[in-house]
Amino acid sequence: MTTTEAPAVATRKLTYVKAFNEGLAQAMREDENVFVAGEDVAGYGGVFRMFDNLLDEFGPRRMIDTPISEAALVGLGVGAAARGLRPVVDLMFMDFIGVCLDQIVNQAAKMKYMFGGALSVPLTITTASGAGLGAAAQHSQSLEAWLAHVPGLKVVMPCDAYTAKGLTVSAIRDDNPVVVMLNKVLLGSTSEVPEEIYGIPLGRAHTARQGSDVTVIALGRMVGEALAAADELAAEGVEIEVIDPRTVQPLDTETMFASVRRTNRVLVVHEAVTFGGLGAEIAAQIQDAAFDYLDAPVLRIGAPFSPVPFSPVLEKAYVPDRARIAQGCRRLLERS
Amino acid sequence: MAQRASTASKKSAQVSTQVIKDLHERMVRIRLFETEAGKLMEAGKLPGFLHLYVGQEAVAAGVMAALRDDDQITSTHRGHGHAVAKGVGFREMYAELYGRVTGACLGRGGSMHINDLTRGMLGANGIVGAGVPIAVGAAFAARYKGEDSVAVTFFGDGATNIGTFHEGANMAAILGLPVVFVCENNGYAEFTPQSGHMLLTDVADRAAAYGMPSVIVDGMDAVAVHRAATEAVARARSGAGPMMIEAKTYRYFDHQGVKGLRHPYRSDEEVAEWRARDPIDLIEARAVADGTATRAELDDVWRRTRDEIAQAIAYAEASPLPDPADLLLNVYSG
Ligand SMILES: Cc1ncc(C[n+]2csc(CCOP(=O)(O)OP(=O)(O)O)c2C)c(N)n1
Repeated sequence: MTTTEAPAVATRKLTYVKAFNEGLAQAMREDENVFVAGEDVAGYGGVFRMFDNLLDEFGPRRMIDTPISEAALVGLGVGAAARGLRPVVDLMFMDFIGVCLDQIVNQAAKMKYMFGGALSVPLTITTASGAGLGAAAQHSQSLEAWLAHVPGLKVVMPCDAYTAKGLTVSAIRDDNPVVVMLNKVLLGSTSEVPEEIYGIPLGRAHTARQGSDVTVIALGRMVGEALAAADELAAEGVEIEVIDPRTVQPLDTETMFASVRRTNRVLVVHEAVTFGGLGAEIAAQIQDAAFDYLDAPVLRIGAPFSPVPFSPVLEKAYVPDRARIAQGCRRLLERS
Repeated sequence: MAQRASTASKKSAQVSTQVIKDLHERMVRIRLFETEAGKLMEAGKLPGFLHLYVGQEAVAAGVMAALRDDDQITSTHRGHGHAVAKGVGFREMYAELYGRVTGACLGRGGSMHINDLTRGMLGANGIVGAGVPIAVGAAFAARYKGEDSVAVTFFGDGATNIGTFHEGANMAAILGLPVVFVCENNGYAEFTPQSGHMLLTDVADRAAAYGMPSVIVDGMDAVAVHRAATEAVARARSGAGPMMIEAKTYRYFDHQGVKGLRHPYRSDEEVAEWRARDPIDLIEARAVADGTATRAELDDVWRRTRDEIAQAIAYAEASPLPDPADLLLNVYSG
């Protein structure tokens, strides 16, 4: 299965944040109805440089600095989307969704359903998630499980520059509310990114590395950690298959099931707290669909049941990494 | 009906020598704590974010000098100044910035989350506006328990655009709670000037919408802030309900860190104009001119504070790191 509509050849490397910016700019050129609103997105270009130079090109009609009013910001997007525009609203840090959760969960997500399908809400919410910057408990969370639980929302988690661009473009083109969870630690990371506009299909997983011994399903930044763990394990003669769902809602379980039937062992890893995280959902679905193929129970790796700590020594112990993933794979292989 | 004194009257300038010295010392403590923290950050010694308070010292000092230890405050992402002025110790504050287990939050919180219950410091906060309703709740608790403490909530101009501010203000007003709302209007929300995020010139006008009296003060003048705060606190303590103080002030450094003028959003001239009205220079000039303190006495405050800070930083650096085995500490009680 091909997992992307992107051109095959990329000619240059781009940072994650620049790739996002390029995809957004191209989507704005493509569709006059796309506009961006958020705190310090226009004049300043966004606190993470996500919106650099867009004001110069698109002007204040399409690049709007808003007050610190997240509920009104998302509501602005919902209302504008209901009237046919394609808003991109930025929430800066994912942790701030608490302030505007009603607009996301009860309004954006349910509007099409409650209007009997008479309208759609092509709203894109961009935000930065993840720990690793010493930003502490209120600026470091990965809350994808909250959002993926809500019918009507889509959630994407780009793991590198290439997917940041393609998923952003698809989110904007999509007729549903989509939350794009960029990862703070990845902002400066680079990968090959085609120059032309391309979308990565929502709801389709990508096999980032093929292997026969263990399937590692990794979300967002954990894809890179899983690939690093795979390199480490390859040196020990163990071949890890790494699956990047890319979109966590809708979730492409078929790709996962197919992999599990070949490897018979699964590890799910995410940055979010393990309890009630997407790892639980994925493990349950795999057990339901592919129990007979499993040689060991599905293993989950995530964060401990604690807020994200500040001190770097604690934060490092808190967030899953390549070593814990490799260790998890070894444990799975030790089971007969 | 809400009323507003146009600005705090200049006349009732009866402030004791002791108060002037107190205000001065609190401001010097903040200034030195913050400038040293800025240097440590620039030297790459501190993880995370650092929102410095330098320039706004007169507000924290003026308000806190009007409070008792059992009065409660809630603070913002720019909270070091409030904590220092409320009496939180340098050692636990620096240790927290370093992420050490001896820190105010045991290394779990960092710059944006410093708190100290023994000082009535109910916490800095990483979520803009979140401290406002918490102060309302603290004031509610005081009245509920029959205590006469008050709660003060600090917030920026930008924060008054968020729902929690409006809901908290209305709640405090309708319940008649002993809360003092202190808006530190430094003219910017991150990189957006006030004119870019509200059409009002005076944030204090927002108080009227909740039937709450308000006053506007020069936030570079600690004595003026102190006088307004003393009135508002006395009013709240007497059971007359909440009040808002808007202090017009300025931050010298960038929104985050010391200097990060990637896209200049304010001019050097503007910064220089405000710096020319430095709150510490102002009070020192006044103190020397009217004989409240000698230059040598003032210098001594700086010297003592510098020593204390050097020791606190040494303490923080020598302090142990938290043990990852304790990751789940304090997630729940019991
Ligand atoms: C709910 C929420 N939205 C956005 C932010 C990001 N943010 C942190 S500080 C800040 C500006 C606050 O401006 P103001 O209240 O005027 O305080 P100042 O920084 O000027 O002291 C913003 C937007 C946040 N921390 N919380």
